[in-house]
Amino acid sequence: MKRVILLSLASALPCLAAGALFAQQIGGPGRDAPRLRGPEPFTRDTPAPPMQRQITDDVRRRRNYPDQPPLIPHAIEGYALDLNANKCLSCHSRQFTEQSQAPMISVTHYQDRNGNFLGELAPRRYACLTCHVPQTTAQPLVENLFTDIRELAEPERQGRR
Amino acid sequence: MATLVARLSQSRLGGWVRQAFSPARTLSLAFLTLGGFVAGVIFWGGFNTVLEATNTERFCVSCHEMETNVFEELKGTIHFTNRSGVRATCPDCHVPHEWTNKIARKMQASKEVWGHIFGSIDTREKFLALRRHLAEREWERMKANDSLECRNCHSAESMDLTKQNPRAARAHEQFLFTGQRTCIDCHKGIAHKLPNMSGVPGWE
Repeated sequence: MKRVILLSLASALPCLAAGALFAQQIGGPGRDAPRLRGPEPFTRDTPAPPMQRQITDDVRRRRNYPDQPPLIPHAIEGYALDLNANKCLSCHSRQFTEQSQAPMISVTHYQDRNGNFLGELAPRRYACLTCHVPQTTAQPLVENLFTDIRELAEPERQGRR
Repeated sequence: MATLVARLSQSRLGGWVRQAFSPARTLSLAFLTLGGFVAGVIFWGGFNTVLEATNTERFCVSCHEMETNVFEELKGTIHFTNRSGVRATCPDCHVPHEWTNKIARKMQASKEVWGHIFGSIDTREKFLALRRHLAEREWERMKANDSLECRNCHSAESMDLTKQNPRAARAHEQFLFTGQRTCIDCHKGIAHKLPNMSGVPGWE
């Protein structure tokens, strides 16, 4: 009996050790992204962080790559977006852009997935907020290492000349 | 005809009518005029008190149709809680503030009492099925009175366009100040969820 217990303990040891090691690596100081809820353990109640201010300056943001869905530079609080109503379309759909002077939703949004043109917005593009998001003044939690493709391609272009 | 009048005057009702229209014999003129005045004050005061009591958020929400549907939806909006702590309660938007129109609206509301008694929207499903109809009634009412209930608080004269974001300022300048549109034309669904908006002008 004693041997069995010892044996099972001995076999469990590597697993435990590996678990501890991984836990240290993942949760270890400086190795993990800061958690959204802060450094406190989740068992402790902490006050919610203040709401971030929304960006409402209506200035278009540069896209980081050509296919990036444009960001929303205005507040969308209280705008309906459900099966019954889509407030975004009241300004951004083709027929309302003249009075609203808002950018029209992309031409791809009037195509089905086979590229056929539809007269109306494609149903698969109805949920605007799946891809387009409003911005806040929140500071990034981690450093952004994104590199623009133009910078990546720059050495090649220089070489070609 | 004459026999009918004669028979009526002999009946008990006829007796009461005759007594009511003949001069009082035992009551003094002072008693009758002052008594009438006091009774009038009590009646009018009571009438207005009841009228005001039915014009409160608490009264509206005492019906579960209002409490579980529209009031729940109002709670998340800026007209319920906001940074300056002003709240627009149900009657602020749904009952005209001016007396004559208020009485007219109150009389229309007897239909709502009927609906409550017979349970026309006593489940969520029934409410959702009727929501477009109910919303359209309110849109029509506000369109007809030029969004008067909005303008009781938000007046175009006291709007500072420089404090609005450029998008809103341009829209107000173009559509509100020129009188082309009224508040409700663009600001639908600001206090409650919207019904199916297909076919509503300005919506896809």
